[in-house]
This record gives sequence, structure tokens and C-alpha cells, in this order.
Amino acid sequence: MADTTQLPAPVPSVNPETQPFWDATAEGRLVLKRCTACQSVIWYPRAMCPECGSMETEWFDASGQGTVYSFTINYKGDGPYRAAPYVLAYVELEEGPRMMTNIVGIDPSQVSIGQSVKVVFEPTGEGPALPRFQPA
Amino acid sequence: MTIRNRARIVGAYEHPERVIPGKSIAQVHGEVALGALADAGLRLDDVDGYFCAGDAPGFGPISMAEYLGLKNLSYVDSTEIGGSSPIAHLGHAASAIAVGKCRVALITLAGLPRSVPWTGSMADAPEAAFEGVFGANTVAMYALAAQRHMYEYGTTSAQLAEIKVAASLHAQHNPNAFVPKAVTVEEVLESPIISHPLHRLDCCVVTDGGGALVVVAPEVAKDLSRRSVNILGHGEAPKHGANGRIDLTYTGAVWSGPRAFEEAGVRPDDIDYVSIYDSFTITVLEAIEDLGFCDKGAGGSFVSDGALVAPAGRLPFNTDGGGLCNNHPANRGGVTKVIEAVRQLREEANPNVQVPDCELALAQGTGGSLGTRMGSATVILGRD
Repeated sequence: MADTTQLPAPVPSVNPETQPFWDATAEGRLVLKRCTACQSVIWYPRAMCPECGSMETEWFDASGQGTVYSFTINYKGDGPYRAAPYVLAYVELEEGPRMMTNIVGIDPSQVSIGQSVKVVFEPTGEGPALPRFQPA
Repeated sequence: MTIRNRARIVGAYEHPERVIPGKSIAQVHGEVALGALADAGLRLDDVDGYFCAGDAPGFGPISMAEYLGLKNLSYVDSTEIGGSSPIAHLGHAASAIAVGKCRVALITLAGLPRSVPWTGSMADAPEAAFEGVFGANTVAMYALAAQRHMYEYGTTSAQLAEIKVAASLHAQHNPNAFVPKAVTVEEVLESPIISHPLHRLDCCVVTDGGGALVVVAPEVAKDLSRRSVNILGHGEAPKHGANGRIDLTYTGAVWSGPRAFEEAGVRPDDIDYVSIYDSFTITVLEAIEDLGFCDKGAGGSFVSDGALVAPAGRLPFNTDGGGLCNNHPANRGGVTKVIEAVRQLREEANPNVQVPDCELALAQGTGGSLGTRMGSATVILGRD
């Protein structure tokens, strides 16, 4: 199996709505949005609460802990991912949302649904870092 | 208000080619438009409603109306929900006809993914930065759904392979099929893993081509010589990430299906033939459950005893070979789903796979991605 710590780290497109999320990744922090009206934890990050329609939302630090909800070992990636097999996954964060990510730091054949994982940050070289997960 | 019995499909045409170098996308839209109108016995000047989706080049229905020379349009619709779009268009056309906005609706789909690279972009989608950077491509996202379905319900790769096997048994009778060759469960399982647990033969074909439909008011249909097909019910729904609480084990058919059944006034047990969107084998498995042909989670065992194989199976499906073997033009399988359902209801399917006494058919579209967000559209059609 390929060493998944050598995954490509493409630079995400950042806009004013998502700038604080990506700024935090550069500092090694995973932040989420919470609705101050209905208290829902929001994913993906956005200004508007998709549960109640409020525009009153705030950032907070997530624990960085989660479990694998589903995963795949992809042998046929596109673009920068063309080179090697890698693990694409949904991680269910302790705060509730399921976020798309990669599982790293483990032989892909050992990844399993329900596995406990914690966030690690992969620098892109241009500010933002990619939040990936490794076994907790 | 209902669309039941308010509109008829009178023309259906599938482009016979699967690799089309040397033509433009607009040109193939034009070829299928003319093909469907000829099938109906109508002309371009008769068309007063036009429907196309994101596969249409340029400014959608405006560019295409000009290219096709449509001069009498009173209604246009460019609903874009991926490969399920034409099935939504069919419902929208019936609705527009039912309220008198148009009388002769033309729906076209065409594309050249084998010959012309896609130049579009979803980069400005609000979710894009949280998915693409992790290598989320089409097969991988469907693989995420398959993996979770297997985890929750014990579904196996061999069960998914049964879906491909059934499609391939049908495709061998279709001389236009891109891959007209029967395969076995073992051959599916021995094909290379693309994105675990999906094998190469769990994936649909990539083909150039297209198809078109002509939908008319009943009073127009009665003056035409071709056998028409009745539109009985339609439902549609998007399914999306649900604020990060996505559940990968079901599709939008859990909503679009019941809406279509209710409007048609029929139940899953009444359906004689189904065209089910088959971008991947898992797409079919989840839709069969969501449409109520079996209990949630029981799709694996449901497909494992030849249920999908025409003509004798309990639920004959995709008798043209489907997207898995026959055709998936423009990377969108919606229009070919309706076309084969029309063939079955007209008793014009290949004799080897024609369902006897086929009176009720369902066509299911699942566009976008099972792994993130999708459009789902369901129509129920009846023999006239």
C-alpha cells in the first residue's frame, strides 16, 4: 500500500465566507460554525444556518475527534490524486457533522467504519492546511 | 391537480452511435431531436415547448432553440439535476401541457464525453472547497455509499455484481450496445477495483450520444399514427448533505418514488418493467429499496435470484443493457431510461427481453452523486 502521508495537498478555493475556517487550519485548529439562534452545528461552513435560516452564526473550536462513517480506497483519482491509491472518507465529528476528508497515517487496508480518528493538518504551502484524520 | 392522463409520449429516439468523433454536441442534440420528431410523425415547427439540461451547450434552451430553428416556443425549461434531468423534464412537460402552456414538448439530451473533454467547472459551488481537495471524484463518492450500505445491511460485492450480470444479459441482445457481452458474477468480481468496493464492472460505460422525447397533449396524440405512452405520475426531489448529517444508505427516490406512485394511483407490485438509473450497481440497489420494491437493506438478496432478468424475473430492468452496458450518453442516463420504458410499453423492445403484457413501467433517474448530493426523478408510464 502507498504511504498515505504523501498525499497531494491541493490549495482550496477560499472566499470571504470560508476565510476564517481556512485561516484556522493554518494555525492547526479545526473550527466549525454554530447557529446562535438554534444552536445547530453547521457543516460545511457557511454564514447561514441551514436548520433554521438564521444568519446569526459563530465560529468555535472543534475537538478534532471523530469516527469513520464511511471510506473508500480510491485507485483511480483525478488531477493531483492521479498518482496513488488514497483513502477518501466521511468522518463523523464529535460535534455531529460528517465531513469529507482523507484518512492518513495508517495502511489503507486497516481502515474501518467506526474507527476513532483525530484531525491532523497537512500544509498546502499557500496558507490553508487540509484537515485530515489519523487513528486516535 | 394531476398530470395523470394529461399528456402522452409519442416520440422516443436513442442515437444509435456510442462513439461520435467529428461532430459537435449541438449537432447530436439536433440529430436526436429530428429522430424523436420523426418517430412521432411531427415536425420542428410543431414544437412549442423545449426542455434541455446542463449537457446542452452554451445558453441552454436559448442557444439550442436558435440552433434547432425552433420558432414557436411558448415554454422552455432547463432544469439541471444531472443525469436525472430528462425524467424531471418529462414530468414538467406533462405539467405544462396539462395547464395549456404548450402542446408539443421536445426534450433532448446529448454529449460527447468520449470524444470531447468536458470544459465545465463546479469550482464555485459553495461545498467545492470541502470535497475536491480530498480527491472526491465520481467513482469514489459512489464507493462511499456502497461501503456504508454494506456495513449497515451486509450487502456484498457479489450481490452488486448480480445487477451488472442482469444488465449484460440484456445488452447481448442489443446490437447498438457499447458492451454487448454477457458477464458472470465472477468476471465482475475479478475486474479491477476502481474505488473499493466498486470494481470496474460496477461502473457504467462512458459513451458519446444522446436521446430525445416528444410529449404531447392527448388531442395531438390521437391524430398520430404511432402508438403513444401515457404519463401517469411523476415525482422529484433533491437529496443533499443535510447540514453534514448525510445518510449514504438511501437516495432521493425515497421521496420522488412515493410522489410518483401516489399520482399514478398504483403500487410497486403493479409495475411490470423498470428502468432504473445505473451509473453504478449501487445506484440500482439503493433505488430498488427506496422505490419500495423490497424492504430497506434487502436489496442485496432481492437482486440475487435473477429478479432483474427479463422477461421472466420479478422486476425486469434496463432491458436495453442500461448505462452499465448499453449507453450512458453525456455521462447522463436519464433519457435512455425513458426510451427503453417506451419501447417496452409499445411492445417494441428486443423480442428476447420484451416483458409480456407490459402495461405499467417506471423510470427512475438518480443524477449527481449518491455520496454527496443528487437529484431524483421518478415517472410512471402506462400502455395506451
